[in-house]
Amino acid sequence: MQTTILYIGRDTEITAVMNRLLNARPEWKGLCVCKNEEAIFICKEQHVDLVLLGNGIDPDSETELKNKLLALQPGLKIIQHYGGGSGLLYGEVMSAL
Amino acid sequence: MSQFILHKENTRGHANHGWLDAHHSFSFANYYNPERMHFGVLRVLNDDSIDGGMGFGSHPHDNMEIITIPLAGAIAHKDSMGNSAVIKNGEIQVMSAGTGVSHSEFNANADEQLNLLQIWLFPNKKNVTPRYDQQTLDVAARHNNFQQILSPNADDAGVWIQQDAWFSLGKFDEGFETAYKIKKAGNGVYAFVINGEVTINGQVLSKRDGLGVWDTDSISFKANTADAEVLLMDVPMELN
Repeated sequence: MQTTILYIGRDTEITAVMNRLLNARPEWKGLCVCKNEEAIFICKEQHVDLVLLGNGIDPDSETELKNKLLALQPGLKIIQHYGGGSGLLYGEVMSAL
Repeated sequence: MSQFILHKENTRGHANHGWLDAHHSFSFANYYNPERMHFGVLRVLNDDSIDGGMGFGSHPHDNMEIITIPLAGAIAHKDSMGNSAVIKNGEIQVMSAGTGVSHSEFNANADEQLNLLQIWLFPNKKNVTPRYDQQTLDVAARHNNFQQILSPNADDAGVWIQQDAWFSLGKFDEGFETAYKIKKAGNGVYAFVINGEVTINGQVLSKRDGLGVWDTDSISFKANTADAEVLLMDVPMELN
């Protein structure tokens, strides 16, 4: 059973790294996008276990995104991802789950 | 009443990749210990030994204050902001990753081992403009003194970062005693022994041991050996 993890960040290079890192682990399924609309669409279409908020999301956009995602999937875990897909990722995900 | 947490050297996470021999004071990469996630805003303290000519290719970071202190050898740094530099023992490098930056880090020498401390702090403000700096430190000024090497203030001693944190390095004679006053209410101090043996608040610490102390406004310090060298990281205990 894979854990579905949705990452949203504005930097395309970091988003690509996150996609590679998340999907490198067979127990995780990573879905990585740069736009709020894409994240909302994913949450409409499928169950997500954890959302990672990446870089460049301004506070208003973050609040709006959280509200919309939680309306679609109440109880969804949403955490800040720090570091840009580096050594913190595994610990962040394990702690959140 | 002050509180403390002791991290003995041999309880750190360890990963030997051949060219890279890394010890992690806090959870990092595949080392995950829920009891070792952070000390306040101090999230990463890696003690890396890197073979000659080897290193980390270009990789991104965001929203993290990254401080690198070479203990032996020199590191060659290049980043997406256009910086290209070599940082050697006696110097300090800082990078505020902010909205995102890519960099590479390699041992600058082909025939010499590089040993460095890499320290990551959570920033007090997200999505700042990325920034790079490095400074040469006056090593003599840390003899029997906690020399400030990092602060939140651009016009204060050392490099500055996007966090209410102060770092100090000291190298002490055997028997030297002093106290360190915490810079800001609510901060704690994480002491990392680079060399020798010291006693902090009654705790005897050996090389590469770490001690975090909080709920206090100062710590007591004594050098037990002639080569005692310590890094103090004075950091907010509350995550932003």
